[in-house]
Amino acid sequence: MSGHRRTITFTLNGRDVAADIGVHQNLTEVLQESFGLFGARESCGQGLCGCCTVLVDGQAVTSCLSLAAFADGSTIDTIEGLADGDTLSPEQEAFIETGAFQCGYCTPGFILMTKQLLDENPEPSDEEIMHYLSGNLCRCGAYAEIVKAVRLAGQKRKA
Amino acid sequence: MTGGSTTTVGHSFPRMEGRAKVTGQADYIYNMRLPSMLHAKVHRSPISHGRIRSINTAAAAAMPGVHQVITGEDVKAVLPEPYYGPAFHDQPILALEKVRHFGEPVAVVLAPDPHVAETAAQRIVVDYEELPAVFDEVEALTSEAIVHEELKPAGTFADLKHLSGKRDTNIALDFHLNHGDADKAFAEAAHVFEHTFRTQQTMHTPFEPMVALADVRNDRAEIFSSTQSPSFVRFELSRLLGWPESNVRVKTSHLGGGFGAKVYVKVEALAMALSLIAHRPVRVAQTMEEQFYTITKHPNTFRIRSAVDGDGRITGRKCEVWWNGGAYADIGPRVTQKSGFTAAGPYDIDNIDIDSFALYTNRPPAGALRGFGIPQLVWAYESHTDIIASELGLDPVDFRKRNILRNGRPQAVGTIVEDGEFEAVLDGVAQRLGWNRPFDKGSGTKRRGRGVAIGFKASISPTTSSAIVSVNADGSVIVYCSTVDMGQGSDTAMAQIAAEVLDVPLDLIRVVNPDTDVTPYDMSTLGSRSTFHMGHAVQLAATDARDKLRAMADEVGLPEGSNAPLPELFIKKFGMRAGTVVGAANYKPDYAPPNYETGQSPNATPFWMIGAAGAEVEVDTETGQFRILRLVNVCDIGKPINPEVVETQISGAAVMQLGFTLTETMIIENGQLTNPSLADYKIPGLFDMPDVMENGFIEAEQHNGPFGAKGAGESGTFGVSPAIANAIADAVGVRITEMPITAEAIFRALREKAGRPLEDV
Repeated sequence: MSGHRRTITFTLNGRDVAADIGVHQNLTEVLQESFGLFGARESCGQGLCGCCTVLVDGQAVTSCLSLAAFADGSTIDTIEGLADGDTLSPEQEAFIETGAFQCGYCTPGFILMTKQLLDENPEPSDEEIMHYLSGNLCRCGAYAEIVKAVRLAGQKRKA
Repeated sequence: MTGGSTTTVGHSFPRMEGRAKVTGQADYIYNMRLPSMLHAKVHRSPISHGRIRSINTAAAAAMPGVHQVITGEDVKAVLPEPYYGPAFHDQPILALEKVRHFGEPVAVVLAPDPHVAETAAQRIVVDYEELPAVFDEVEALTSEAIVHEELKPAGTFADLKHLSGKRDTNIALDFHLNHGDADKAFAEAAHVFEHTFRTQQTMHTPFEPMVALADVRNDRAEIFSSTQSPSFVRFELSRLLGWPESNVRVKTSHLGGGFGAKVYVKVEALAMALSLIAHRPVRVAQTMEEQFYTITKHPNTFRIRSAVDGDGRITGRKCEVWWNGGAYADIGPRVTQKSGFTAAGPYDIDNIDIDSFALYTNRPPAGALRGFGIPQLVWAYESHTDIIASELGLDPVDFRKRNILRNGRPQAVGTIVEDGEFEAVLDGVAQRLGWNRPFDKGSGTKRRGRGVAIGFKASISPTTSSAIVSVNADGSVIVYCSTVDMGQGSDTAMAQIAAEVLDVPLDLIRVVNPDTDVTPYDMSTLGSRSTFHMGHAVQLAATDARDKLRAMADEVGLPEGSNAPLPELFIKKFGMRAGTVVGAANYKPDYAPPNYETGQSPNATPFWMIGAAGAEVEVDTETGQFRILRLVNVCDIGKPINPEVVETQISGAAVMQLGFTLTETMIIENGQLTNPSLADYKIPGLFDMPDVMENGFIEAEQHNGPFGAKGAGESGTFGVSPAIANAIADAVGVRITEMPITAEAIFRALREKAGRPLEDV
């Protein structure tokens, strides 16, 4: 485990940062252990539930399957960077207003996916919403509310 | 949403912790770290039943970076009786002498680096003498494979005491109920029906896996756990340590899901023992895979027989239920009894026999999972109900209404039903489905059908909740209670109740996360008991505080009915912004235990939970593939404290049960679990949702509930599975009797019906 370390630099939620990492470490672990960011969280550990979603160069990835070493030189955005100070993003507001979560463990992943979807497609159909978010799972079963939240977020972004 | 005469209760306020959850800031125990903490990684049994001949830890211990390797014998050296469990003291903290299920914890590696601990745990070598194993609950009755040589009831439950010291049996509880004279009813019946139904083993898969951190030093144990039962964990760990409960602190946070997986003791005893041995804080954090080895939902077999008269009235019912509890009893014996007494269904039947058995097998332990055995029972009795209706040529809804249990009538346990709106719930589903309108049954290879089902559950009794409500000098309020918010919105509900009683705005209320050093006793967050029990305790504690504030107003000479703001009152009393007014209360509803011989009790539950479902399906007769076109769920939840949160509880419960109905099953082959991961154990995703889903509750009031409310967390699970099976039977005339309902099962049944059965592979 020891000896295989390197320093990586990247842009994290708009700031240039550096971290000394083990080459075996995944991005979830480095965000948690080096930066205290726990919004991306490992659950299934196989890239299937989406709880560990972060945006790397604007693309949503499952950080539990991404080796941190490959983040070198990239731009990473996590749920912690989404709000502007105390002002929540339209996606965050929409999830609260529609009650689109229960335990909240999967919520950051769904919100980041929603943001990316609406960046690409500001007026998605319900079918497009479901397809886009189908890689994220919610064990509390708040799917109906999540689809509503995406619709509302789309409206808020236009307003 | 209107709340009638209340200003806070009955209104749909957003969840209090919403902002923390959407910003990623919500604190879960899984995210917690302690200074100088060691990570624990568990070496687990690869076999289902065997004697441990030896454990070789040398290679693991020699690995650089390993702090310590710990086995069951090391635990026994510091805790002489290292067995735990709410019903039986049968579960060793780490395996001793024997392993009883695959995945059982055998040894642990501690290291500052979790990757080192994980690699080292794989280098532990255990030599086993393998023993015959039993996996099926019915075979366990007569199997030569005996899971526990001797039964060790915990002493907490009176109905388990007779099992103490019993040998050579896998029966961990036999519960019997006799109501009326069932033999006579069967002898006189116009029609007799008998069917057997089975359910499979499933798992909760909370997304925040089970986790506990322990710091045991200087006669003080601090436990940070993702637990639904902080008070019980404190009780059980203090028993194991032989310490007063005040020396043990159990703290939790918001849970990333629980669903019953995190009740009673799960990883806390192991974390405590490891820290006690290592003299360092220890973190035991499971992976998703490890959760499948820790706690599951009971598979069961249910043989149900009914006697029916010439008018379509059910006159007698005999129920035999065998519950597969796995290798350790956990809370399984309570499932056997508490759910057992409702096995005859929500019907007014004069003559009932119920025999319900908890069985040990060599599967991972089974315990509580959202519904506590009820969905397994409803699967059987509501499938059975539809078969009877069909064979008698009766409409399934009419047949149910002809027999439905009504207020003022005794349930099988002998308790007179009050505030149980069975018929209204059934009508609610039928109306939403448009039951009396013509239904398009499809044509050609696409056939449609619809079905209904209704189930019910008693609340767990006798149980106690305690709460403290303190009013600060600025008029803000803190609620201290040990109810755990695992996503069901209890913090918001408790705050609404306190706000209502004290007439203060909701944003001035704070609900403290459970911490046994601070928050008072609560039996546990389970069985949809919190709104009723803790809701009561908070209401009473807030009333106590309000009374004290009134007395204080009198004392300082404010006129009666004065609307002086609270800060002014405190300044008048204390001369400055100072002081605290504290209200406190315990709440325990009345209860009468069932007679051991007859199972009868005049007061078995403070309230009944009722849930019904209706389904419309379309089945492809060429493949067995089917779609759920519509799923309707209607419940009696009394009066909602927060209607929108209640609705999401109903829909969430139904979605979870949909997974158990259609796709989720733990596949055991040759004594191995082949699918302990979300890759192969398929939980519902967005595309598994029915085309249309409607969820609601009827107008009702629980007269003895806080603001008329009762539990709502599980009722949405009850009817889902049999409603779908009944709809499939209506569509294509085949009856699925074993869960999960798969396209393959339907296709096989269709071929069988056509006289061209498929060969087994």
